[in-house]
Amino acid sequence: MTVEAKTVSVRGGMFNPPVYRAGKGEPLLWLHAAGGLNRGWTPELAALAESYDVIAPVHPGWDDSIGLEHLDDIHDMVVYYQDFCDAMGLTSVNLAGHSIGGMFAAELAAARPDLVKKLVLVCPVGLWLDENPVTDIFTVMPNEMPGVLFGDLTNPVIGQTLARPTTEAGLAQALYLQLANFSALGKFIWPIPDKGLKKRLHRIKAPTLVLWGDSDRLVPPAYGPLFASKIDKAQLATIKGAGHMLPLEKTAEFVSEVRAFLG
Amino acid sequence: MKFHWFHLMPYPDLPDDFQQKHRSVWVDVPYSLFDAERGHQVYNEYMDELEYAEQCGFDGICCNEHHSNAYGLMPSPNIIAAGLARRTSKAGIVVLGNSIALYNPPIRVAEEFAMLDVISGGRLVAGFPVGTSMDTNYAYGMTPATLRERYHENHDFIMKAWTDESTFHFNGKYNQVRYVNPWPRPLQKPHPPVWIPGGGSLETWDWVTEMNYVYCYLSYFGYIRGKTVMDNFWKRVEEIGGEFNPFKAGFLQLVCVADSDAEAERLYSEHVDYFYNRCLHVYGGFADAPGYRTLRTVKAGIQAQGGAAASAQRSGMKWADFVREGYVIAGSPDTVAERMEDVIKGLRVGQLMCLMQIGNMPKEKVLYNTKLFSQKVMPRLRNMWPGYEDHWWINPLPEEKRARPAELRAPALSL
Repeated sequence: MTVEAKTVSVRGGMFNPPVYRAGKGEPLLWLHAAGGLNRGWTPELAALAESYDVIAPVHPGWDDSIGLEHLDDIHDMVVYYQDFCDAMGLTSVNLAGHSIGGMFAAELAAARPDLVKKLVLVCPVGLWLDENPVTDIFTVMPNEMPGVLFGDLTNPVIGQTLARPTTEAGLAQALYLQLANFSALGKFIWPIPDKGLKKRLHRIKAPTLVLWGDSDRLVPPAYGPLFASKIDKAQLATIKGAGHMLPLEKTAEFVSEVRAFLG
Repeated sequence: MKFHWFHLMPYPDLPDDFQQKHRSVWVDVPYSLFDAERGHQVYNEYMDELEYAEQCGFDGICCNEHHSNAYGLMPSPNIIAAGLARRTSKAGIVVLGNSIALYNPPIRVAEEFAMLDVISGGRLVAGFPVGTSMDTNYAYGMTPATLRERYHENHDFIMKAWTDESTFHFNGKYNQVRYVNPWPRPLQKPHPPVWIPGGGSLETWDWVTEMNYVYCYLSYFGYIRGKTVMDNFWKRVEEIGGEFNPFKAGFLQLVCVADSDAEAERLYSEHVDYFYNRCLHVYGGFADAPGYRTLRTVKAGIQAQGGAAASAQRSGMKWADFVREGYVIAGSPDTVAERMEDVIKGLRVGQLMCLMQIGNMPKEKVLYNTKLFSQKVMPRLRNMWPGYEDHWWINPLPEEKRARPAELRAPALSL
């Protein structure tokens, strides 16, 4: 199934994020990870869309979208997502986020408890343990990246979903988008992804599912219990054999956990 | 034609198997490789060499800023420059430069550069590099995506601090200071010459042209590769209506002079090898943080300097290759003078930064190299640019107004 993105004007056109939306059921706002959404409607989104009306916006600055210059830090991003929800008419919604998207989701849920019905955090960044540091993804060489992102390199979904473009122009565009997306990512987590979320997690009122892969080599599994311990109504679920790309790697288990939690 | 003598201050004792055992000379290079007693010796020898370059008639003596770097032992070039300010009297002190985005508030740079200018009697050239990704993003933790915006704000802050003699406030995005009033401000008016070391980014070319600053291309890869960048620079200058003057542009070149071509190889080959294979062994993951180059520059297809591609290109290169490819200009005075002419004419530069201490080259060879260049090469190239005036050079106090540091006197009891 192909889903085309439609742009939505936020703050009078200052932002113009592409939004992918498909599925039936209750709305589920999905905040994506560092890689952006330029691969389109990937299998984990399709699987979620069988049970939910999935709304997946591109963060400003990702995938060459406009407006990043108006966002200096995480506070600006949280205000932006409130504007985005206003533009979409979302007043009370289930919210899920993966990796950096998980950090944005947690921040939004802490800033606006009224806006979030239930929260799903999939191996989010945002906390820091000196004895167990998050891998510095910015220094990982391309040939080492799969080993950092995936729990099991023999998983066929890696090749199916992340195949490199075959044309030179396609490859150049893919490399460009990766650089642009990581550049945007740096604005919110450089050089250490610890921007004060620990002082705000207690504000989250929504029932929260924290999901982690036990083979996550980017954000180690030790962060799972840490997130869960700082959020009032949190439960932690660990998926065996999954790495940081958990939703893509173990789509069935991922969706089943989400459905069991959200209903 | 101006000749400047440039020091990187490399640590000279990296082991033979450095490249095999360690991933990078920069950022996470193991500190266990550094011996501070050896450091004491080489800092002092390196400053001797810079001072010697003045005696040999070089116009400027240059130092620069790197962090967590085994080939650049000057995290604070201003400390070296302060030493040089006292022990030299004629040469321009070319600090290339202070990575101004790193300082908050950057008034620290305005103050230290002003002190250097006042102490030296107006001999400072103020260099303002953005700084490499290794220095700024990795060793100093600056966010890549905002580094250049911060750089420009800090530049504006410093220039205002130098040229506005009132006490003013500065309300920037990255700096807020209610009372800006540095004591001292520079001796040279309206301010010391400003030189901008840069790679090949479009934004830098447009900006230096607009500001009328000197653009310095500090490449370690020689004039043959440098020509494309400099050609594009001059083309861009013309496109945006800037005037051609060779003194607006500087280039760094490795230079090794000896009595004959064969003697140059015998004397310098091992040091060139040390430089390219140990000093420039930088882990690719540190070379170019995402966002360090602007997206506009990335789209224009301009590659990062250094990094894995450059070291792959260099792998297996020997002395003859480095010389043939122009990474190093080496040989007898005749050979060197001929090839230097190619550099100066080919790249159309009036400011040449000569790197003459290379890698682990010991002091006696450095002095020999420097002396031979100054006696046998420099005089032949002095008048390469008749009809052009260097408006970007220091304007020191006249001799009669200059303070003279007291001679060192031993022991205090004899006073």
